[in-house]
Amino acid sequence: MTTSSPLSARAEILQKIRIANAHAPDTAIAQSAWSDLPRDYKRTSTLAHNAVLDLLADRLHDYDAQVLRSALADLPRNIAAMLSARSIQRLVVPAGLPPEWLPPGFIFTPDDSLSSAELDRVDGVLTASTLAIAETGTVVLQNVPGQGRRALSLVPDYHLCLVQSADVVQTVPEAMARLQPTATLPTTFVSGPSATADIEMTRIKGVHGPRFLDVILIV
Amino acid sequence: MSEGPLDPTTAPTFPIAARAAMGDAQLRNNVRHATNVIQAKRARVVDEMPDWQALREAGKQIRQHTMRHLDIYLEQFEANCTRAGGVVHWARNAAEASRIVVDLVKQSGSDEVIKIKSMTTEEIQLNHALEAAGIHPYETDLAELIIQLGNDQPSHIVVPALHKNRQQIREIFQRTMHLPQLGDQPQDLADAARIFLREKFLRVKTGVSGANFLIAETGGVCIVESEGNGRMCLTLPETLITVAGIDKVLPRFQDLEVMLQLLPRSATGERMNPYNSLWTGVHANDGPRAFHVVLMDNARSEILADEESRQTLNCIRCGACQNACPVYRQTGGHAYGSVYAGPIGAILTPQLQQMQHAQSLPYASSLCGACYEVCPVKINIPEVLIHLRNQVVLQNTAGIAGLFDVEAAAMKAMAAIFRSERRFKAAQRLGRIAETPLVRRDQQGLGWISWLPGILGGWSQARDLQQMPQQTFRDWWEKRSNHDN
Repeated sequence: MTTSSPLSARAEILQKIRIANAHAPDTAIAQSAWSDLPRDYKRTSTLAHNAVLDLLADRLHDYDAQVLRSALADLPRNIAAMLSARSIQRLVVPAGLPPEWLPPGFIFTPDDSLSSAELDRVDGVLTASTLAIAETGTVVLQNVPGQGRRALSLVPDYHLCLVQSADVVQTVPEAMARLQPTATLPTTFVSGPSATADIEMTRIKGVHGPRFLDVILIV
Repeated sequence: MSEGPLDPTTAPTFPIAARAAMGDAQLRNNVRHATNVIQAKRARVVDEMPDWQALREAGKQIRQHTMRHLDIYLEQFEANCTRAGGVVHWARNAAEASRIVVDLVKQSGSDEVIKIKSMTTEEIQLNHALEAAGIHPYETDLAELIIQLGNDQPSHIVVPALHKNRQQIREIFQRTMHLPQLGDQPQDLADAARIFLREKFLRVKTGVSGANFLIAETGGVCIVESEGNGRMCLTLPETLITVAGIDKVLPRFQDLEVMLQLLPRSATGERMNPYNSLWTGVHANDGPRAFHVVLMDNARSEILADEESRQTLNCIRCGACQNACPVYRQTGGHAYGSVYAGPIGAILTPQLQQMQHAQSLPYASSLCGACYEVCPVKINIPEVLIHLRNQVVLQNTAGIAGLFDVEAAAMKAMAAIFRSERRFKAAQRLGRIAETPLVRRDQQGLGWISWLPGILGGWSQARDLQQMPQQTFRDWWEKRSNHDN
């Protein structure tokens, strides 16, 4: 360059890209080229909804998550059963979770800006979810009422996640289409408990996130 | 086993490093076991996808399209990330990126950082720069922790410690975590890491990450991981600094529907990895209060300028090509002298060095094509390897030096021989005479040459040459025609 003032890193990088691509930036061309990209993969459901729910349960089992189906009316009883089976007593709950879902006999602490250390001292967390993907055994959480901030479903060692059956889709593309309107919210895809295969490719459950994940499917 | 960071500017050439690796039976066992397991898992979850080839094609086209309009998408990402409260920085090269990160960490008021596994920060040797500035980086991915505590180097882009077995890992943890009673079950080792790192997650105020995808449309970032260490680093600190190559951008949120199917199945053989995190700038009462992204070029725009090898930039760092490569499976990753090993490393590393170093890597391949077959975005690695070999030859034979290049002279002589039947026949006769003292017979009585003198020795280092047949096809044909007449 022969200019007197040196280019900023930003200007220099963008200029090099433009030279490499040998064309000036044109947003309209980029947009229409993007729309023309081939998407011949599966983008819609091929199964009946009941089969989709079965598939989700099957894939979650594969990740060692427990799955229970419950009618809305039986929810408190089934939550109690799940928690007792895991010997969980003290849970943190996000704001916006319907209080009538919570069974008696357990300590539910609302997330009132608890510190990470305080989150580390509860047994578990109970959250709702935005949606679930059957083919991959995934539940998706976002920072909305009933699900809360990301640290909630991360620091405690046990996560009980509630999924409405209407929110279960079969494929990843269906899930992304549903998430598009809220794409900028903090979003976490959870597929089973925390795991690693870093030691001899042996899958080990529970490294840093919750070591135990259970799901109740509200049907 | 390796000493000092993997630095392509100082690393020995591949044949020399590979020879040393081949002598380490334990290493070869560990690598063989790990790559076998991942390949089998990958095959299982890829086979259950009837639309896998359509996904690969879409993945390739999305990445190609992104590179074609990279300037637009980077500017979009910058604008949207900034609007959401993030701060975007640009870095021409490794030194500039490291300096930006060091300054940001200092501004955050911390002298330690927790880190998510990031090959980009390995590429620029960020930990060195941090330590030189008095900042202690804690690697939090289990494999990276093993590497850091063992004073070792990553040998795989997804499973960086795959060259270590459980006994070796136990030894490292016993020594560095002061746990003499630690068992060698993988669960014991993971539990030790959980306890060791939890205190750091809760205490350290600054996090450093790489990125799997930057989303231009929203200004969001996506990180794909397994252990939850990533989520810890992304949500608990007050300041988060993300370092990403300019190649990591995706046009739109919807494009994740392709990448989030291709990447986990190719990388770890899972239908989906345990955690994907998506965030956009800064969120009130959720995660860090300050968020910085460093967009780093570091020779990527030079790669973009080469029409034949720019597809290298389409890589989404799944490591499937490493697991499938018959060369990598023998040598492991360190022999490549770069944090990017295996087939993708053989094309990426020399280009990141602008072909000034690592010139032996494009030759570290049998061109069998296994890498191309498993690549989720259909990078034709063999094609790029051949293109880069051509570049190396052109470089070495350019100008006056080329007149004295022995290989180039030999190739010219070969060309002359192949052009004339008379010269070709004479060369065959001469070859049969000349090879006689070099031929050794195997148990079946077949003749083999496994050592050639002088500069030809380089060729026979890794190859056995069969003895020339006593009768060539041409001889046979001529005799046969004579009989018939």
